[in-house]
Amino acid sequence: MSATQTLLSVTGLTKHYGAHLGCADVSFDLYPGEVVGIVGESGSGKTTLLNCLAGRLAPDEGRVQYTDRLGDSMDVHAMSESRRRFLMRTDWAFVHQNPRDGLRMAVSAGGNVGERLMAVGARHYGDIRSQAIDWLDKTEVDVGRVDDRPDTFSGGMQQRLQIARNLVTGPRLVFMDEPTGGLDVSVQARLLDLLRRLVAEMGLSAIIVTHDLAVARLLSHRLMVMRRGHVVEQGLTDQVLDDPQHAYTQLLVSSVLQP
Amino acid sequence: MTPESETDQQYNFAYLDEQTKRMIRRALLKAVAIPGYQVPFAGREMPMPYGWGTGGIQVTAAILRRDDTLKVIDQGADDTTNAVSIRKFFKRVAGIATTEKTREATIIQTRHRIPETPLEDGQIIVFQVPIPEPLRFLEPRETETRKMHALEEYGLMHVKLYEDIARHGHIATTYAYPVKVAGRYIMDPSPTPKFDNPKMNRTPALQLFGAGREKRIYAIPPYTEVVSLDFEDHPFEVQKWDRPCALCGATESFLDEVIMDDQGTRMFVCSDTDHCEKRRGEGHVGPAQEAAE
Amino acid sequence: MSQEMIRLTDVAKSFTLHNQDGATLPVFAGLSMSVAAGECVALAGPSGKGKSTLMRMLYGNYLCPAGSIEIRHKDGWTDVAGADPRSILNLRRWTLGYISQFLRVVPRVSALDVVAEPLVSRGLPPEEAQEKAAAILTRLNLPESLWHLAPATFSGGEQQRVNIARGFVAPFPVMLLDEPTASLDKTNREAVLDLIRDAKARGVALIGIFHDAETRNAVCDREFEIASYAVAA
Repeated sequence: MSATQTLLSVTGLTKHYGAHLGCADVSFDLYPGEVVGIVGESGSGKTTLLNCLAGRLAPDEGRVQYTDRLGDSMDVHAMSESRRRFLMRTDWAFVHQNPRDGLRMAVSAGGNVGERLMAVGARHYGDIRSQAIDWLDKTEVDVGRVDDRPDTFSGGMQQRLQIARNLVTGPRLVFMDEPTGGLDVSVQARLLDLLRRLVAEMGLSAIIVTHDLAVARLLSHRLMVMRRGHVVEQGLTDQVLDDPQHAYTQLLVSSVLQP
Repeated sequence: MTPESETDQQYNFAYLDEQTKRMIRRALLKAVAIPGYQVPFAGREMPMPYGWGTGGIQVTAAILRRDDTLKVIDQGADDTTNAVSIRKFFKRVAGIATTEKTREATIIQTRHRIPETPLEDGQIIVFQVPIPEPLRFLEPRETETRKMHALEEYGLMHVKLYEDIARHGHIATTYAYPVKVAGRYIMDPSPTPKFDNPKMNRTPALQLFGAGREKRIYAIPPYTEVVSLDFEDHPFEVQKWDRPCALCGATESFLDEVIMDDQGTRMFVCSDTDHCEKRRGEGHVGPAQEAAE
Repeated sequence: MSQEMIRLTDVAKSFTLHNQDGATLPVFAGLSMSVAAGECVALAGPSGKGKSTLMRMLYGNYLCPAGSIEIRHKDGWTDVAGADPRSILNLRRWTLGYISQFLRVVPRVSALDVVAEPLVSRGLPPEEAQEKAAAILTRLNLPESLWHLAPATFSGGEQQRVNIARGFVAPFPVMLLDEPTASLDKTNREAVLDLIRDAKARGVALIGIFHDAETRNAVCDREFEIASYAVAA
């Protein structure tokens, strides 16, 4: 196995909310091109962990170390806010469960996609617009709707637009919080297929929080199972789901209805 | 000078007490030191409602000296209600001289326009500002806009212009057109028409902005670079009219449309009344005058 | 004897059902075997003795709690029992092919893309991968009219052929076949047996489960009796 550099190296990440535990002593490495799923029931600490990883929430203990394109390693929580925000709109992306949290509802679809380009200095309207249209096409949003506001879109379209907005600058690492939550099953399938394709084509690394084991199986290479803030089991996705070792994972897997 | 007898002696000079004036001057100094940066200040209640220029009036009151000559314009005109009452106010509480002529004024308080006559070294122009935050249009959170200013994250400002072009085919913003001051802060010249944006660039005069309701002061020191934002393929342009001023024939000034009767008769005239009168005094004649003669 | 490709040493497996009072179901123990390049070994034994379990352990799909499962990978050996997820995925990408009994369908992905995927994941341009996928689907007599449809609605035999095509499209040096011909008619079974013979000729090491003796005899060099390692519950 080649000694590739980690993209994200997480050690001993712990977060408390007063007496309540968010996540405890989480450690793992993420390599380029790898997709890690975080599963567990509501309140298990998945989203807390994701927010700590993405630098949106400061952990009480532990470290998240990111290695950039140049091979420079940096502590996500020790860097300046401006650096972190710069990272967030260049190398990183964050897809929210609710598209309203990740989109500007008062701005056209094209403007939403173009924002990240303008944020990194694009100043040619024609170029920005054609890149936005290109990404609407890639994410299967009708390009004829480029000037429409997202509040006139369906939930699935909004979510695809959010993905376009996030991927337009070619990030290396995407954080996703229940990306298919709240969508109809048929709409979910389309979104999953899209995500799977984009992740593979762009060689993206991703950390995906989901409570849906089917989503985890389809998208992630590796799985972490969380319960009450602790990672109780982790490993290869199909191994964890098909031969779960921990009592909680066995319960989780056996609780899913097989259609 | 106004005779002593006309000045209302019940008030401190220029209405505000000296403490307040000092506080505002400190905010002004900070604003001048950081061009385009919005400095919070403890705005006072003024004897007029918000929206009537309370921000500009407090700035003027804080910088006014007894030997100043004040000009007040609203939409470029010296004779509109707002301009007349502010002028009268300062006459009464400060007893200072007033004028309608741009060249004679040491301080010009304005609501919309920058006079057509180029400003000179030593002059101060005070803008009344309703909404000081240029990013407010797309980002309603004050905490977030402050952070964006601090970290120079201004991509959002171009989103606004992008939206304009997407919707109208060109940048349709005609007033409150965002500018970058001294290569650092994005500033809203609101509600000045973009026609006047180029006049802000490297002007010898000091430009001060007061927002009464939002209690913010900002400034552009003399000879500071002020650049209007744009796209490479949609460069910044000022408004143009396809006809001259009906009264003075000026082709390079900002024109107001005036409705003459209920038959739809319209006339385009200089919004800067002083400029128009000065030109007519010099013998310039517009189409309306010619027709009358 | 030709080069050893698969080496199992003292492998054991049991399942612990934590949610059923921690009941433990032992499957087998002390299992050792090896397979050489160009060899096809059939797992034999009555059902329920762990043939599919062993296949899944070889693929890393089931955890191997004891012993080692070594597979020759590039210039060395990878022990599936102790490898991290990344090493197993790397093994699966380049060395280890697996044809399961059932196709796990991905919504909306066409049969052609399902088959081409192992090549694309190796970095082959999509067009080239699709050409190879088309060639092997032709060999397996899957009507061209189905290539651009998602296999979810296909018959069992059609799905199985997509599955087999996916397994054989890339030149894996080690292959695992779990009942590859179960739902196929005679013509298509012959096509699959041809693929297996070709693979053996190329030096691929194969382990398979074959339901009927005729198929088994046609391609397998020997049988490995799993029942002799069974552990009583």
